Amino acid sequence: MAAKAARDLSNVASVIELKSVNKWFGQFHVLSDINLDVKEGEKIVICGPSGSGKSTLIRCINRLEEHQAGDIIVDGVTLSNDVKNIEAIRREVGMVFQSFNLFPHLTILDNLTLAPIWVKKMPKKDAEEVAMSLLNRVRIPEQALKYPGQLSGGQQQRVAIARALCMRPKIMLFDEPTSALDPEMVKEVLDVMVELAREGMTMMVVTHEMGFARAVADRVIFMDRGEIVEQNEPEAFFANPQNERTKLFLGQILHH
Amino acid sequence: MAVAALGSTPRVKVAPWNDPVIRGWVFQIVVVGLVAALAWYLVSNTIDNLNRQKIASGFDYLGREAGFEIGDTMIAYSPASTYARAIWVGILNTLRVAVLGIILATILGTLIGIGRLSPNWLLNKICAWYVEAFRNVPLLLWLFLFYKLISEAFPGPRQAISALWGSLFLSNRGLYFPVPMADPIHVWMGVALLLGIAGAVLLHRWAKKRQEATGQPFPSISSGFGVAIGLPLLVWLAAGAPSAMSWPELKGFNFEGGTVIQPEFTALLVGLVLYTSAFIAEIVRSGILALHKGQSEAAAALGLSRSQSMRLVLLPQALRVIVPPMTSQYLNITKNSSLAIAIGYPDLVASINVTINQTGQAIENILLIMAAYLSVSLSISAFMNWYNKRIALTER
Amino acid sequence: MSDDALPGGERRQLAPPIDESGALGWMRRNLFSSWGNGITTVVLIVAVGWILSGFLEWALFTATFTAATGTECRGGGACWALIREKWRYIFFGSFPYEQHWRPFFAVIAMLAMLITSADRRMWNWRLLVIWGVGSFITFLLMFGQIHIPLSLVLSIALVVGGIGMNLRKAVADAGEMNAYRALAAIGLVGLALRIAGILPAWSFAIAPLSYVETSLWGGIPVTIILATYGLAFAFPYGVLLALGRRSNLPLIKGLCVGFIELIRGVPLISLLIMASVMLPLFLPSGTTIDKFLRAQVAVILFAGAYIAEVIRGGLQSLPKGQFEAADAMGLSYPQKTLLIVLPQALRVVIPPLINTFIGFFKDTSLVLIIGIFDFLNTANQALVDPNWAGFPAEVYLFAAFVYFIFCYSMSRYSKYLEVELNKGTRR
Repeated sequence: MAAKAARDLSNVASVIELKSVNKWFGQFHVLSDINLDVKEGEKIVICGPSGSGKSTLIRCINRLEEHQAGDIIVDGVTLSNDVKNIEAIRREVGMVFQSFNLFPHLTILDNLTLAPIWVKKMPKKDAEEVAMSLLNRVRIPEQALKYPGQLSGGQQQRVAIARALCMRPKIMLFDEPTSALDPEMVKEVLDVMVELAREGMTMMVVTHEMGFARAVADRVIFMDRGEIVEQNEPEAFFANPQNERTKLFLGQILHH
Repeated sequence: MAVAALGSTPRVKVAPWNDPVIRGWVFQIVVVGLVAALAWYLVSNTIDNLNRQKIASGFDYLGREAGFEIGDTMIAYSPASTYARAIWVGILNTLRVAVLGIILATILGTLIGIGRLSPNWLLNKICAWYVEAFRNVPLLLWLFLFYKLISEAFPGPRQAISALWGSLFLSNRGLYFPVPMADPIHVWMGVALLLGIAGAVLLHRWAKKRQEATGQPFPSISSGFGVAIGLPLLVWLAAGAPSAMSWPELKGFNFEGGTVIQPEFTALLVGLVLYTSAFIAEIVRSGILALHKGQSEAAAALGLSRSQSMRLVLLPQALRVIVPPMTSQYLNITKNSSLAIAIGYPDLVASINVTINQTGQAIENILLIMAAYLSVSLSISAFMNWYNKRIALTER
Repeated sequence: MSDDALPGGERRQLAPPIDESGALGWMRRNLFSSWGNGITTVVLIVAVGWILSGFLEWALFTATFTAATGTECRGGGACWALIREKWRYIFFGSFPYEQHWRPFFAVIAMLAMLITSADRRMWNWRLLVIWGVGSFITFLLMFGQIHIPLSLVLSIALVVGGIGMNLRKAVADAGEMNAYRALAAIGLVGLALRIAGILPAWSFAIAPLSYVETSLWGGIPVTIILATYGLAFAFPYGVLLALGRRSNLPLIKGLCVGFIELIRGVPLISLLIMASVMLPLFLPSGTTIDKFLRAQVAVILFAGAYIAEVIRGGLQSLPKGQFEAADAMGLSYPQKTLLIVLPQALRVVIPPLINTFIGFFKDTSLVLIIGIFDFLNTANQALVDPNWAGFPAEVYLFAAFVYFIFCYSMSRYSKYLEVELNKGTRR
């Protein structure tokens, strides 16, 4: 993939702000004083060894995990135990999971229209129109009436992306979207994500796919043991890692 | 050499004793033969013994007078009624306790199963201990305990405990309470109930269409309930709210009037419900646990509320796992109701037992028992197979 | 957006906020995490506390622990003196009082057999030895005298010889094979002579103790014997039923399905009544069957059908490739089943089998309907004594406690086995 030119985002508003965010699992300090600002339209790639807290970080943003200290502000709304806040944030944030998590007892079309009908109270016809247009975008409109069990892994993940997009979110979170896929299906999913990025979506992606990072990311963040160790534009990040741990990690994953 | 046509293979000549098909049939015939020989041996012995002991055969005895009393009946019965009627009373009693038991055990079991998953540690542990206590002790023991407690804890009818300003009487002969006297309006109320249920179904359909068209949801479940219950209520009010009741009164050694729940029935029902609810709780719990954690996360990430994700995503999937073992628990309740004989509740087995003792015709009566229980269990199995086929997840 | 890079590998470790950890944190998370939770906790504590205090008051604080007769025991709390008075009867029934050590050790022997049988590591010839020796000890203790008929010895010789000849054909050396052949020959010839009446009905008598007939047996030994030998005999016949049900031969399959559905569709009580009433009709007039044996046969018939279903589940879980590999190697059906299929299928079904056993253990309580004195029945009988009338709760709670100990231990053992035996396999 062609390398991305650097962008100047200093005048753009922040859609996600993390201020001194800390989280513990029992005694284990899984997120350690995280400070992060994500601008509108920015694409962030988070990488790091397993156990570094990167999945936990993005799962805190839509409250699938609770943080114990610090503030998380999404699109102006502060994340707290208030159910109204959580629901408002989840309407604006879409998530794609490593294990797809499609609903096996519903058809693809029903998977996509479920939330628009029940959360946004859309009439069924309108919801289906939106769903079909998104299925076209991820290039599998013919699967609309099949069940998830009948699709390949790559197709299921593309449906999952379309399902999140049906709610017209402002921000998309990706938790290792291609890690569970067979190698030949990784490209079809990454292509969809690249297109999404090019259309201006704000994205936070946890992944090991460094080619994707190079093509699309505005910033690459390296996390280790709960802390943000280093972050930079992709060119600089890959060519000139500053920290020892970053160098070690990159050495391990960039070999093949 | 001619080329063999596609799809046909020349049949190789195989010696019959090596041919697997023939071997298979020989084996089957031998086994069936042995079974048949055994059956013939048993049957001939039986015929011999029956003749020797001058025991009659055939089902004619069903028309004869039964000559024994039944304590708890749902329909009119006296010792002058036929054996057939006695057996029918037994069947009705079994059904009464089984159906009530199934409904109550399902409700209680589901609540406890959900309680087992509660994040509240106390509730969780209490439900866990409830399940362990009932699962590890025989049902018969619980029945004895409850029956003895109920019949010995309460006083005789003359010293009965009365409640609600003398309308309820609790004694060791049972709980007597007033019932409305039979009134023609009840038939109309029944009709109204059926209409109400039909109306609720129609209301639900209309609400669904409306939501598909405009996106607006409608509380069709609660309003459906309202319609189903409200209509009979309206009929009752329109007829002048007839409230003539039959009151239990102490006459001689026992009460008359009103209606009664007897201690045998109560002990059996309570025992069955508490015991089976423990198993149902485990079934519900493992059904919900079997759900992939990602399903509830995906539903939450899409913005569905907790009740919406329960209703639309989690429960449909959990039911797939829950229904098969649940139906076998229903079957267990039906079979376990036969323990009634140990505490004196006159169910089917009890009636048949007395009949065997009086007529000596064991074989016919045992066949009746087996036919009755088998028809229940086979219909439940058939239902389960149908249900499994219907909800099977479509996969490649 | 500070760059929090730390040199080397040091981590800045912060402790979690105070009320997140320790006892207070645990309580906050698990009992008071929300308003609903908090209210539930309070309500439960009050309700449980009230019930528990009432129960303890009755069961402990106002209870009578020693009394000479029932009337002394009345008034106030629980009468545990009744249990002290009658526990020997409740546990051992009408077995002669001074010889209660015999059923006691019989119970120990059976428990030992059961515990070792569930452990997969014992699954080889050792299992047969354990059961053979254990059963011998058990019945010697219970009956006091055993007469082993010659025909039984000959049958065992025939079976051992036959199985050995078949299964050990490829593995054993000539000496072992000859031993099997000899055994089978002796068994076959001996049985033929016996049936022809040439050999008389000899039996070997072993009689170290006084004879106690089955009608005097009672209490825990009866419950355990019914459950243990119910399971032991039901197991092979359940395996045959399961294999038959999965067979491709339509007649066999039909017979097995019909039999299984028949037994599973009717309550155990009806089978017990059938056994006690119909068995005498099925057999030539004049033959009497011991009442205990009738109950045991009913339990075996009943258990087999349920065990068949459990094993069928195990067979279904085997990947088809196993069967195909066995066929490809040229194994015959018996060899394939005994060497490849069953060991794997049975491995998987140990936990549900133990659950089924726990179920039978409880179901044996139904034999009181036909007058066998199992543990529940002896407990019941303890209430009949007019001297000690009126304390049903004490007796039944005590009996429930004993059942609970047995069944709960078995289910925990099952969970332990599940973990222990899966340590080597990938889950």
